[in-house]
Formats: sequence, structure tokens, C-alpha cells
Amino acid sequence: MDLIFTVAVGLLFAASLYLILHRHLFKLIVGLMIFGLASNLYVFAIGRLTREKSAIIPSDAEIALEPFADPVPQALILTAIVIGFGLQAFAIVLVKRLYQVAGTDDIDELNNTDKIDSTEK
Amino acid sequence: MLYTILAGLILAFAAPLLYRLLGRFISVPMVVLPAVLFAYFCTFISPVVAGQLVMQEYSWIPSLGINLQFMLDGLGLFFALLITSFGVLVMAYAGAYLKGDSHLGRFYLYLTLFMTAMLGVVLSSNILCLLVFWELTSISSYLLISYKHKYEVSRASALQALLITNGGGLCLMAGLILLGIAGDSFSFIELLQQRPDLLNHSFYLPIVLLIMLGAFTKSAQFPFHVWLPNAMAAPTPVSAYLHSATMVKAGVYLLARFSPMLGGTEVWNYTIMAVGATTAVVGAFLALQQLDLKAILAYTTISALGSLVTLIGIGSTFALEAMLVFLLAHALYKGALFMIAGTVDHATGTRDTTKLHLLGKRMPLLSAAAVLSALSMAGMIPFFGFLGKELLYEGAFEAPRFAVPLTAAIVFSGIAFVAVAVRLGYGIFFRKSANEATHIAHKPETFLWLPPLLLGIAGLVFGILPNITVAPILSAAAGAVAGSEVHLHLALWHGFNPILMLTILTIILGIVFYAFTNIFTTWPVHLERLYKIGPGELYYTLKNSLSIGSKGFIESVQSGSLRYYVAVIIMTFIVLVVGAIWQEELYRVVTPDTFIAALSDIELNEYILILLMVPATIFVCLTNSRLIAITTMSLVGYAIALSYIFFGAPDLAATQFLVETLTAVLFVLVLHKLPPFVPLVKYKTNAFYLSLSVLFGATMAYVLVMVRQFPLDSELKAYFGATSWLEAKGRNIVNVILVDYRAFDTMGEITVLAIAVIGIFSLLKLYPEKGDQL
Repeated sequence: MDLIFTVAVGLLFAASLYLILHRHLFKLIVGLMIFGLASNLYVFAIGRLTREKSAIIPSDAEIALEPFADPVPQALILTAIVIGFGLQAFAIVLVKRLYQVAGTDDIDELNNTDKIDSTEK
Repeated sequence: MLYTILAGLILAFAAPLLYRLLGRFISVPMVVLPAVLFAYFCTFISPVVAGQLVMQEYSWIPSLGINLQFMLDGLGLFFALLITSFGVLVMAYAGAYLKGDSHLGRFYLYLTLFMTAMLGVVLSSNILCLLVFWELTSISSYLLISYKHKYEVSRASALQALLITNGGGLCLMAGLILLGIAGDSFSFIELLQQRPDLLNHSFYLPIVLLIMLGAFTKSAQFPFHVWLPNAMAAPTPVSAYLHSATMVKAGVYLLARFSPMLGGTEVWNYTIMAVGATTAVVGAFLALQQLDLKAILAYTTISALGSLVTLIGIGSTFALEAMLVFLLAHALYKGALFMIAGTVDHATGTRDTTKLHLLGKRMPLLSAAAVLSALSMAGMIPFFGFLGKELLYEGAFEAPRFAVPLTAAIVFSGIAFVAVAVRLGYGIFFRKSANEATHIAHKPETFLWLPPLLLGIAGLVFGILPNITVAPILSAAAGAVAGSEVHLHLALWHGFNPILMLTILTIILGIVFYAFTNIFTTWPVHLERLYKIGPGELYYTLKNSLSIGSKGFIESVQSGSLRYYVAVIIMTFIVLVVGAIWQEELYRVVTPDTFIAALSDIELNEYILILLMVPATIFVCLTNSRLIAITTMSLVGYAIALSYIFFGAPDLAATQFLVETLTAVLFVLVLHKLPPFVPLVKYKTNAFYLSLSVLFGATMAYVLVMVRQFPLDSELKAYFGATSWLEAKGRNIVNVILVDYRAFDTMGEITVLAIAVIGIFSLLKLYPEKGDQL
């Protein structure tokens, strides 16, 4: 089971960087999202994997008995997913607005504010 | 002694306020402080002359060995008296010179700050403490030179002085730190006792060279002298105080201070000698060519500093005595002459010697001061300058080696001094000329002529009665430099000896040089080409190429391309991680067996994850359709959610499903109007990006495998498992952590989401009016 996560983490990180390095804003956002997914998976895998047993105390017990999944990475990841979603939603809307305003989604055309200033003045 | 420094600092920073309260009477407290300090230091004369060493210590940063250690020996006391006595005169003079200036308070702030810093330099016996005060003198000098900050030339000159002296200050810092490491102490006294070890230490050469650089830049030695003439852009009181009498002598002080610790070796003596003699000649040669009063004085100051440094380089006890006598003589007449030049400038509005004629009759007291100082500068009997010059010649003449070239250099400097002295004391005041007497706009008030007159009289009195006035303290100072007891006996008459012959020769040649002043001031046109490669031009070339070079460097590094930055960050990351793995030999942890064991451990349902994720990820990267990209990305997200289910994280899975769905909907709703993808990246760049990405992914995967070979010791897991139900009354531990143990965190998270919602709403609903700036 470790191997699956290793492959998945490597693949997702590679794909996300590849997308980030592209000039399209849309691909940049997709890349960042995949980067988030990969990071979550990474933390999850580093916190050790347990099949089936989740971090829930059975109704007939007072404390959780081993083996059970480590709740700490899960709590961290849960926060990360939700925050990540807020970020994604904002980024998506921002790209839309940027496209409306600037008329392009090519990052390289957006990187020189000085030029815009000098042409206007 | 700490209180003298503190008093100076407090009064310095109170000066602007005092100026507001007292108006033009601000001079009173500013003059009283150095006067009080002078009196205070006078009380130390008898114990110090008797050979006592006054020490005071206050802890400052004891953990770093930096303590406020003060020491008052002959040398320190001599300088302290010089600084405070000149302080009194200059403060009084400045009040009259800058009368009515709206920033006089600020001026006094800088000047008093400088005085305090300079006192700190000569009183410190902790070498790092010395360095701090040393830098403070450079900074106050910068502020004073740029006092007339509305003029570009003032700002450029101030910057030049700062860059050169602070560059030297950095060298000095390195030298002093090395010295501290070599001697295992920052206390001057302790280091002094380790002289034999220091001389044989492998750091000796760098220490000596770095300390010399610090001293040479500060004392305007060739080729660092260029800043001093330009520093004349400062108001004249500053030139008189900092740039002739005290600050530029800090370098001389430093060399003298370290002589008993580091001196006496060939590299020390010969380097200092050579630099000093060169400076003496260059300064004298350039002084002859100047027309501006202050420029003449500046170059002769450089020459005099060169002579002083030469004497330290010679290093014999006699040369060191001569150095101190000449230093005092020079301070007296040069300080006075600077003030006179300032007063002339103030009265007539010009400093050009060709426009100044016959000032003597209408400014009798000022001309008296000028004559006294000029006679001292020329080295006439019975002035103190005569004593200084005699000893200077004798010191060079009796140098153990290179006596002939050194004497020649010093005598040349002396001849130039005579010529300049005649110009200043006679030329502009009394010389009969076809031109009309220069118009005097307003007669100088008392404090514009009194301080230089006092200095001139002091030069006369010290010359006639040296042994009952200055000899004891000079002996104590020389003793501190030489490291042995010195009894100085000064006398005007030494009989007919070669030195007297040299003096007479100097005076005759000096007058001849004066007669040919015109040739010296017009002829240098032919030297233009030489000056073009001189240190003055070199400074500007260096400064300009530095700014051009840094601009080019910034432009090449800061390309402004997001992808470039990301690529650099990732490459750095990979290099660091691989480097760390290599260095710690962590790669030994992962063996092929690790993978084989892991492969056999996969259950059937888990293959589904791989089957879903791998093609979907590849599709995301390759597709040119936005919709396909969104769909396949969601597929990846769902696959991950599935894996959360498989490995005991139902909450994560639920959230992930929800978020993926929402994101996909949002994407489709918002982004359907964007243009289609067109390939924007070149094939070659694309290959580079692809390989970098694969490398990055492989690195992350490898780190994951590696980390998992080490045991995880999680006390938190056990803690939450044991307390979740009993203390927080919740069976789902993850939920309990979020809403109970880390409730504040979750509240912050909710706030972030709320802010995101506000941002999204405003982006969607608010549009700029037509014509609004973006």
C-alpha cells in the first residue's frame, strides 16, 4: 500500500509543477490545485497508513484501541482541504476577472506593470 | 568616563530643542560642555603624567566580550584634551559662522555627536567598542559634510567620504575581529601583553593590513586621500575641527595605538613609511597648485598627515616623540588657518586667492591671527611649529633605514608648507598689488577672529615655553606609543646642525616657490592626462561601474517571469534535498527490497486508485480542452478521496468529494468563456520543464519512501485516542480535534473562508465604471 502512495505523490507533484510552469493562467490554477492534493496525500502517507480502522472510538469503548488511524494528520489535512477550496474559488474568479480586464490569460504578458505605466503616461 | 560620553550624547540630541528654546544663545551650552570636559580631563593630567593608567569598565554585552572599557593613558589623554579644547573653540566659532542659520540646532547635534564619538575612539580600550565609536565619527562626518544638502556637490562629497572611510571601517572591523580571535580577547590591555604570540600568529599579516587600510582611509593617505579635499564642501567649522585637527588624525591615533602591539615588524614599518612619504609628497605637490583657500589647506593637511604616518612608520622612540609634537603643532596652526579661511570667506564672499587682496588693514585682529599661524606653519623660531618641524626633520633624518628618501619627501613637504604659509599669512593680507583691496561685506564679529587668534597665541606660547606647558603630556603620550618611559625635552635652539641647515634651506626654497606661485597654479593643465587615471577618477569609475554592474545583475536575476522564479526555487530545493541525502548517506536506508516488499503488499481494490489516477493526471497535463482538464482533475480528486476511504479517513473523503464537486461546478460556470489553449511554450523549453517536473516528483517520492523507513513516534496519537471520549465527549477523534482541541484554529479557518467569499463576491459583482483606472 505504501508503494501506491509513493507513485501517486510523485506523479501528482510532477504533474502539478509541469502545469505551473506553463504560461496559461488556467493551467497555473489547475497546477496549484494538484499541488495541494499532492501535499495532502504526502502528509497523509507520512503519518502512516492503516487499512480500514478509522480514528473513531467504538460505542462500547472509552478509549481508542490500536490499531487505529492517526487523527493528527487527518485533522491537518481537513483544514488544508477547506482552506484550499477557499483559495481555489477565489483564484478561479480572479482569473475570470483578470481575463475580462486584461484580455489575455498568458502570464508572460502580465508580468510587466512598468510597461503599462509608461505607455499610458 | 562613561559619563563624559553620555553627557555628549544627551546634549547632542537635545541641541535642536535647545535651539528652539534659546535661539542664538544655543552656543552657550554647546561651548560649556567641551569646556567642562576639558577641565575634567585636565584633572587627570598629573596622575597620567606620573605614569598612572586610569581604567573604567562597564558591562555592555559581556557574552560577546564587548564591554565599555575605558582607558586613559598619555596618548588617550593627549587626544582627549586636543578634542575638547578644539571643541570649545570650534563650537564658539560655529555659532558666529552659522549665525541665523535655521538648522543651527541640527548642526550642533552633528558636531557634538562627532566630538563625543571621537572622545569614545581615544578613550576606548575595548577594540570593538573603539570600532563602534570609529564608525560613529564617519557617520557624523558624513552628516556634517552634507550639511548644505541642497547642493549636489555636498551630497556627492559626503557620499564619497562615507564610502571611502566606511569601506576602511569595514576592513578595520575585519582586522579587529581577527585580532580578537588571534589574541582571544577584545581588551586592548590584554592584547598588548600577547604581543609575541600575535607577531607569530598566522593571522598577523591580514590583521596588520586590514587595520592599516582602516587607518589610511580615515587619515586620507594616498591613494585614499581624494575624499578629504572634497569634504571641504562642509561648513568651515567642520573642516577646521574634523578635517584638520581631530577626525583625520584618528587614523594616526589608531596606528600609534597599535604600534606597541603590532608594530616593529618589517611589513608594518615599511608599508606605513612608504604610504606616509608618498602622501606627504603628493599632498604638498597638489597643495601648491590650488587657488581655493580651503583646498590649499586640505592638501597641506593631507601632506601633514603623510608626514605623521611616515614618523609612525619609522617607529623609533624619537620619531614617535616627533610625531606627537608635530601633530600638536599642526593642529594648532591648521585649525586656526581653517577658521581664518572661513572668516575671510564669510567677510568677502570668496575663497579664491587670486581675488583676495590687502585684507590686513581692515581686519587687523584676523590678520594678526593669520600671521601667527602662518609663521608657525612655516616653522619659524620661536613658534611651536618650528619645534614640530625640527623634530619632524630630525626624525626622518635619523631614520634607521631609507633616511635619504624620507628626508627628501619631508623636506619637500616642508617647502610647500612655507610657500603656502606665505601665501596665506602675507599674500592675501598684506601683499601690495595692482588690484584694489577686496571689498569686505561685513566685518567679522568677535567669535570669528578670537578662536584662531587664541590658537595662534597658543602656538607662540607653546613654542617659547614648551617645557612648562605641553612637554609633560606629550612625554606621557609618547611613552604610551613607544611602550617605554619617555622624557621629552624641547628646546628651540639645538646649535648649528644639519637639521638647522635643512630648515633654512626649506624657508629659502619656500619663499622661492611662493614667488613662482603663478607657475604652480597654471602649469598643472599639462597634468590633466595624469589626473584622469588618478584615484579621484578611479573612485568615480568604480562607483559607476558598481551601479551599472548591480543593475545588470538585478536585471538578469530578477527577470519578472513567474515561471523562471518557480523553476529556480524548485531547482534549489532539489539540489538541497539531494545534497542532504548524499551527505547524511540516507540513501542507504532505501534498498530494492523495500520496493519488492511494498509491491506484494498491495490489495486488489488499491490497484483501482492507480488505474484511475495515472491516466487522469496525464490527461490533465496533455489536454487542450478546458472542460476535459476540469473533468480529469476532478477524477484525480475523487481517486484521492477514495484512497482516504481505503485508509481510514472517512471525514477527509467526505470533504474531498464535496470540494471536488464544488470546484468543478465553479470552474465550469465561471471559466467557460476563456479562449482555448494554444501551445505557448517552445518544444525545447517544454522538454526542460518536463524533465524538471519529473525530477521534482521523483525527489518527493523518494523522500516519502525514505522517511517511512524511520519509526514514527507520535505521542499525540495516543493522547487524542485516550482523551477524546473521556474529556471532550466525542467519538470521532478527527472532529473532536477540529472543534475542540483546535477550536480557535477552526474559527480562523472559517474567517478565511468568509474573507474569500467577500472577495469572490466583489470580484463578480463590482465592475469599474468606464474610464476608471485599474
